[in-house]
Amino acid sequence: MPATSLVIAVAFGYLCLLFAIAYWADKRSDAGRSVVSSPYVYALSIAVYCTAWTFYGSVGQAAIGGIDFLPIYIGPTLVAILWWHLTRKILRISKTDRITSIADFVASRYGKSQLLGGFITIAAVIVVTPYIALQLKGVSASFNLLLAAPAFHDGNFVQPSAFRDTALWVAVLMAVFSMLYGTRHIDATERHEGMVAAIAFESLVKLLAFLTVGVFVTFVVFGGVGDLFAQAAERPDIAPLFTTVGTRGYGGWVTLVLLSMAAVLFLPRQFQVIVVENVDERHLAKAAWLFPLYLFAINLFVLPIAIAGRLLFTPDAVEADAFMLAIPLAADAGVIAVVAFIGGLSAATGMVIVETIALSTMVCNELVMPILLRLAWLRLAERGDLTRLLIAIRRGSIVMLMSLGYLYFYFIGGSYALVSIGLLSFAAVAQFAPAIVGGIYWKGGTRSGALAGLAGGFLVWLYTLLLPSLARSGWLPIEFVDEGPWGIALLKPYALFGLAGLDNLSHALFWSMVANIGLYLGVSLVTRQSAIERIQATRFVEVFQHAQAGSRAQLWPGSASYHDLYELVARFIGKRRAEQSFAAYAASRNLALGKLSHADADLMHYTERLLAGAIGAASARVMVASVVKGKNVGIDEVLQILDEASQVIEYSRQLEQKSRELEAASSELRAANIRLREIDRLKDEFITTVTHELRTPLTSIRSFSEILFDNPGLSVERRREFLDIIIKESERLTRLINQVLDLARIEAGRFDWQMEAVDLPALAREAVLATSQLFKDREVALELDLPRELPPVHADRDQLMQVVINLLSNASKFSPRGTGRVTVRMIAVPGGVETRVSDNGPGIARENQAFVFEKFRQVSDAVSGKPQGSGLGLAICRRIVEHFGGRIWVESELGKGAVFAFFVPFAEAPAPAVATV
Amino acid sequence: MHELGSGDRFVALLFFAVLAVSPPLLSIFSAPELVLGIPVLYLYLFGAWAALIALLARISRRIERGERGPD
Repeated sequence: MPATSLVIAVAFGYLCLLFAIAYWADKRSDAGRSVVSSPYVYALSIAVYCTAWTFYGSVGQAAIGGIDFLPIYIGPTLVAILWWHLTRKILRISKTDRITSIADFVASRYGKSQLLGGFITIAAVIVVTPYIALQLKGVSASFNLLLAAPAFHDGNFVQPSAFRDTALWVAVLMAVFSMLYGTRHIDATERHEGMVAAIAFESLVKLLAFLTVGVFVTFVVFGGVGDLFAQAAERPDIAPLFTTVGTRGYGGWVTLVLLSMAAVLFLPRQFQVIVVENVDERHLAKAAWLFPLYLFAINLFVLPIAIAGRLLFTPDAVEADAFMLAIPLAADAGVIAVVAFIGGLSAATGMVIVETIALSTMVCNELVMPILLRLAWLRLAERGDLTRLLIAIRRGSIVMLMSLGYLYFYFIGGSYALVSIGLLSFAAVAQFAPAIVGGIYWKGGTRSGALAGLAGGFLVWLYTLLLPSLARSGWLPIEFVDEGPWGIALLKPYALFGLAGLDNLSHALFWSMVANIGLYLGVSLVTRQSAIERIQATRFVEVFQHAQAGSRAQLWPGSASYHDLYELVARFIGKRRAEQSFAAYAASRNLALGKLSHADADLMHYTERLLAGAIGAASARVMVASVVKGKNVGIDEVLQILDEASQVIEYSRQLEQKSRELEAASSELRAANIRLREIDRLKDEFITTVTHELRTPLTSIRSFSEILFDNPGLSVERRREFLDIIIKESERLTRLINQVLDLARIEAGRFDWQMEAVDLPALAREAVLATSQLFKDREVALELDLPRELPPVHADRDQLMQVVINLLSNASKFSPRGTGRVTVRMIAVPGGVETRVSDNGPGIARENQAFVFEKFRQVSDAVSGKPQGSGLGLAICRRIVEHFGGRIWVESELGKGAVFAFFVPFAEAPAPAVATV
Repeated sequence: MHELGSGDRFVALLFFAVLAVSPPLLSIFSAPELVLGIPVLYLYLFGAWAALIALLARISRRIERGERGPD
């Protein structure tokens, strides 16, 4: 019988060894020489699946139900066959997205849903708490059994008062270990090498311990396997164990296989060691058969020990769960008993450590951080270093979980067999399976579908397993189970809707899966996926097609500054690790870190993954979004969009303007074209007119010349008369030619102007003198109304003279012979002198007034209908007056005479330059 | 399309594994007899299990030797 102090010393020594191994492995890891990067360590760490339940409970179950315990280990073997497909896919997805826990995985798949992550976390805590309690119970029970050995020897096993205190001490020690090695630092990869090394070591210890006890019991206490089974076959109360598949029958067998298949992957601690702690994907291949082999080995002696216990003890003397210790103790092999105790201790501690670490990550990342980040008044998103906060939250979570486990054990745990508690958890964990397996093979699963399925499955689980178990522990009235709530038989939790004949577990699994899978599929089919859900679904289902990360770059529109991202990451994983991570990023893309001023979508995705490793995908997304949205990036992006929009608007406006200009230009061109055609027409007309005008005097000259030539006998008078006509016509011809030349010169701007100050009244008198003969001939009276003094005007004297003479001769021409009366009047008006030449001729119709100053626009004589003059005089006058900066116009009414007036500016006032046409 | 790959082998193995641990087969071996001094049901189950693991190891080793899965 081992002494109390020795047992305590060995147990304490063993735990110290664990600390030492974890410490050593962490040091090696920091030095870059990982000890856990081996498929053997990996396989051993997965064997954390075997807990105190395996170590003590399997034997206990086998003692009652024969091979009943085996499906729990055969299920994982079946899963191991799927390992290379199913598990590798989960692993690849998790590595790509830096998944930190099973809750994170599900949340990520369904659009990084914080709700889903939180739900799974709460469910996992509810499910795992009894499981942790189970480990505490196993350890404390074994410890007390070891110490109570004397009492046991006398045949009456007494439970000492230290029973519960032991569990408390165990709980405290495990919590300390978890806090030290599970939350040593916040890492982007969330891997805990020290812990993994310790767990692998523990797996080795529990296997060796089990084999040692098995060999001892089979070959020392009994004479080998044959002897053992031969003795049992003789016993009618033990022999049935050889043929039964357990108390649940074949249906229960299948149920257990299915449950364990889900449990080996989806228990939080299994997900932690298989997926999160995985170093190299290739380790999966070896672990796929090493892990089943381990299970095979650790179960090899379960039946012999169980049968041995049944042979050695009467059914009521010793609990079957205690055979592992009781047999060595009964055989007085204290050392073997201590070995068994250490094995059980290692199984329990391994499970508790990994489970609490996995759960603390989940509680921190999926529950606490999202809530804290949402509490605006905490201003968490703006605070500096958050690594300490994260570690504190995780340590707090570990303490909370251990406390929950202890309290559960303290109040409820004593009443239930280990296996029942464990199976309760398994049935709950199986609820994760549809959402996960569906999520990685079926793109259609939606967030709402997953939530509905999980919620439905858990509610049914609660109703058909947890509540009845509480009722059987006395926490609820037992009538609830026996008669159904309010006496409604259809709602009896063990025979829901009248489904009887199945064991409780199969019954619960059936209904919970009906609800879970039914709701998952049904709701998924009727709801729509959001964009991020669709993207995540594709990424998960097609993870092998999208082998490389970065395809999600399109998820981050716009950009953030590198500095912001660095600060963000540094707050969560520390400056040093952030620097290393970003340096690695830069190196992998051949970029200079210093040049990463503006982060592209790729770097933001990388940052999101880094953060996801520390705080989970859902929170990471929120944090990165806070940087992208909250700072200048959002503005930049918006501005850029605005800029693009305004550029488009500007461009279209320019286009519009261009088209308007084009339109204007084309209309101008059209106008110019019209004018050109008009000018062309006028030119033709001009030439026709000029030639016509030239031909008229030429014709008369030629005719009279011919008459003179042909008739030499003409009288002198006739001859003089004809010669006079010839001379006059020649003069007229000359004048006409001169006028045409003048006009051409003026229009071409080649006229030689002699500008000077001109005394207009003097000039007028001179002109009157020059034309006086004309007026006499036509018997037209001419009156002058000239002011005495007038300032000189700025003009070319000769040309101005020509204007006045032209107007006078016109007036004389159109005035009626005899009664004709022409007046020349000059008035000083502001800026210049207005000269008016009025007659009492036939006048000019209003519609013709605009034309009289145009070339060859002769207004027909109202009386004779025959045009008079060349039609160039007034046109030349207008050109001349306009050149002086003045203007010329006509005021007239048909039948009331006409007034031709022109204005010429004074010499002092510089005349505004008016272009001549 | 391709030589029998690990995927096909795994599927076949899974089929036999499910068959081996299925209730109908168990019921056949559920007899109160000892073979080699061991109850026949125990012998069958552990034997079948060991065989499964051996086959699993064989297929897995092919992967370890270099054959890649779907990638």
